[in-house]
Amino acid sequence: MTSRVSFESTNKKALEKAKSRLLFGGTLVAAAFLVIAVRLVDVTILNEESRKNTIETRNVTAGIKMSRADIVDRNGILLATNLRTPGLTGNPKKVIDPIQAARSIVQILPELSETKLVKQLSAKSKEFVWLKREITPRQEYEINKLGIIGVDFKYEEKRYWPMRNLTVHAVGYTNVDNKGLAGIELFCDEILKENQKPLELSLDVRVQQVLRREMYNQIDKYKAIGGSGIVLDAETGETIALVSLPDFMPHEAGTATDNEKFNKATHGIYELGSIFKIFNTAIALESGKVKLDTSYDARKPIYISRYIIRDYHAQNKVLTVPEIFIHSSNIGSALIAAEFDRSLQQKFFTDLGLLRPSSIELAAKGTPKPPDNWKKIYRMTVSYGHGISVSPLHAATAVAAIVNGNHYQATLLKKDNKPVHGTKVISEKTSLIMRKLLREVVLKTSGRSADAADYLVGGKTGTADKSRGGGYDRSKLISSFVGVFPITSPKYVVIVNIDDPKQINKLRPTGGRVAAPVVGRVISEIAPLLGVFPVMVNAPDIKGVSLNNQTNQSSRKQRIAVN
Amino acid sequence: MTTFSRTDTSVLGRWWWTVDRWSLAAIVALIAFGTMLTLASSPAVAIKMGYDSLHFVTRHLIFLPFAAIGIIFVSLLTPTQIRRYSVLAFLFCILGLALTLLIGKEVNGAQRWLSIAGQTLQVTEFAKPTFAVVTAWLFAEKIRDNKFPGYTLAIASFVILIGLVLKQPDLGQSFVIGTIWMAQLCLAGLPIWIVASLFVLGIAGLCSAYYFMDHVKQRINSFIDSSMGDNYQGERSLDAFANGGLFGRGPGEGTVKNSLPDAHADFVFAVAGEELGLIIVLVIVCLFAFIVLRGLIRTMGEGDLFILLASCGLLGQFGLQALINMASSLQLMPAKGMTLPFISYGGSSLLAIALSVGMILALTRRRSGKARNE
Repeated sequence: MTSRVSFESTNKKALEKAKSRLLFGGTLVAAAFLVIAVRLVDVTILNEESRKNTIETRNVTAGIKMSRADIVDRNGILLATNLRTPGLTGNPKKVIDPIQAARSIVQILPELSETKLVKQLSAKSKEFVWLKREITPRQEYEINKLGIIGVDFKYEEKRYWPMRNLTVHAVGYTNVDNKGLAGIELFCDEILKENQKPLELSLDVRVQQVLRREMYNQIDKYKAIGGSGIVLDAETGETIALVSLPDFMPHEAGTATDNEKFNKATHGIYELGSIFKIFNTAIALESGKVKLDTSYDARKPIYISRYIIRDYHAQNKVLTVPEIFIHSSNIGSALIAAEFDRSLQQKFFTDLGLLRPSSIELAAKGTPKPPDNWKKIYRMTVSYGHGISVSPLHAATAVAAIVNGNHYQATLLKKDNKPVHGTKVISEKTSLIMRKLLREVVLKTSGRSADAADYLVGGKTGTADKSRGGGYDRSKLISSFVGVFPITSPKYVVIVNIDDPKQINKLRPTGGRVAAPVVGRVISEIAPLLGVFPVMVNAPDIKGVSLNNQTNQSSRKQRIAVN
Repeated sequence: MTTFSRTDTSVLGRWWWTVDRWSLAAIVALIAFGTMLTLASSPAVAIKMGYDSLHFVTRHLIFLPFAAIGIIFVSLLTPTQIRRYSVLAFLFCILGLALTLLIGKEVNGAQRWLSIAGQTLQVTEFAKPTFAVVTAWLFAEKIRDNKFPGYTLAIASFVILIGLVLKQPDLGQSFVIGTIWMAQLCLAGLPIWIVASLFVLGIAGLCSAYYFMDHVKQRINSFIDSSMGDNYQGERSLDAFANGGLFGRGPGEGTVKNSLPDAHADFVFAVAGEELGLIIVLVIVCLFAFIVLRGLIRTMGEGDLFILLASCGLLGQFGLQALINMASSLQLMPAKGMTLPFISYGGSSLLAIALSVGMILALTRRRSGKARNE
């Protein structure tokens, strides 16, 4: 009985103690649940905004600060931009089943080696491995859909040129680290890195496309080795189109040949032949050394030093200055140049920018090669474009200066209606005569295929033997044509040079046959794009432009309407 | 359900009127949430593991009726029956744990699974509740009869059990078993200084785990300082809660399950957060708190020390396991492989939890003096 009582009391005491301690323990448990509840509210609501931001920005900011500005053409068409390119990465520490992961990845990227992937993903000591750089968004989506833990994407910025090879010689390209290696990408590397605003070029891809297509077809037809072409705004110096063929894909610049990468429009220098007669005639008229009706006997070749100067289209008669120009007489041009003072050509060529590298925003530009000295013989050959090498861009810029009287620096950057200051090179009077003469060439000579109905093209052919070693190779030509339109009020200069065209039907592939038709086709297509209105040729106000010398060739007095 | 008349003296009738129907309702609600979340979270995991997408769903639905029957059947038992069967089951569990170490299946570097007739089960899950009952019996018996070697047996069985579980190794379960064992010791009336020194001993044990178990060290390091290691799971888990917001994305609409390896088990709470939203998740937390606290309050009115210690031990394990799971999902502690009772998928763990909850219900039934001594 006693033991029973004592048990009851011990039991009771133990129970009391247990219950008081239980109360304490229960409170702890309740507090723990409360902490969970508070933490839940905390992570869900209070942190909701900040966490949501990090979730959203995680993808957006993953390596996406545009490190290089876009390049656009004059109408805002994208020429170069940056693409956010996904790359496939792995974290071997997180990958659960490397073999299964590799098998699924290879299904989507069959070019990867499965065994190599397994090896990469099994390297448990690493937290980051590149599996494949530059995958497509579709591949990214497919791999993401697999949901493989430990396989992730890293985003890189890749330079992309949507116009591919079309503008490659002007725009250039970069290396994998987005550093400019050629073209505007190289010349404006710093600007592109610092700016976020797109860099506006003076190019118009529409014009560029027309010029490239027509040149490409002609080069193909004449089995030529290449060529260059430029469309220049004669009133500002802006380069509207710049083509050098063959060209290459900027994305595969590493595999392009030197010939493809060589910019023949700005870097290559060539003897451009008769195109230089434009400058010669302008010098002669501007200096007052000759008058329009001064005539020269072009019947016999000129023998001077060890050279013979002869005409290709020999007229075998006494020629006036306009006739020399229109029939492209070398003898006549040389005789005119023989009258110049020693420094006259040099000064004039300097004013036209023909003796220094062009101002264009490219690293690849050629330095003109004038004759070693300006002795008489060289003054005579230079008159018809021999013994002096300039780039096609030089010629286009100089022709623009002749037809509007002012010289403008060539540029690849868009001028936003800012007033452009040119330097006066010839008088308005000389300029007008030159325009009329250029129009005559298109109306009467082999240059007529450069005419584009109702756009009033003026121009000059040029056919030069390619220099080889110290001499010339008569079988290889640079055939050129420089056109200006509308000749009544010149807006654009178009120059086309075809390098080494081959004969067709035994006909010499001259500038008139090979280059002039390209210029004609290009102008008839780009003039409407550039907002140049057609003109009815026979309208009374236009008629006066024509030089009527065909009606009275024997007359020494030319009836030239000079205002 | 209330078709049992109060005067009904059939087995089920008496059970209905004596069982804690509020706790029962809470348990049913948890099972319902668990089924819904298994439907939502497990297909993603199943596909990733190469199973049919409904693999876990099917298994969960097969286990559910057994779990329900288990709860009801066990809750029909008397405290004496509970005690006897538990002691017996505990001995079997020790045997099973020893077998697990010998012939068990190794998953992710831990040997925890025993395969019986094509069915794998985690013996620790069953050892845990039965041990709580055995401990309660040993302490209560010691107090009732001072000559009974209660403490010696309690310490011996504790050392054997913890040794076997740590050998697997399963630190999480060891922690739960150890903590609740100490809590029971404390309730049994041990002097405070002994309880305090045991507490210090436990802390020391955890510290040694940090130094001697590499994966523990790594997890704790990455929890403390995310730059030291990868805390990817924790980050994704928190994203899930933020993503869910107040009302959730809707069942099945979450994305976290695609990026967490154990979305259907260890991180089911995050899936709940994302798909059901804060309000429902708070309801789930309340259901757990309600079951545990209501159980503890009911034991306050208990006159039997064994029943008090046993139900506190069982409730403690149940609550602690839930708290650990929720806390690791919420980045309040390092990630720990611990399921959320009834909510996580888990065939054998569901059965074990069912047995454990069945015992809680049995022990907290209202009894007349006669019933107690039955």
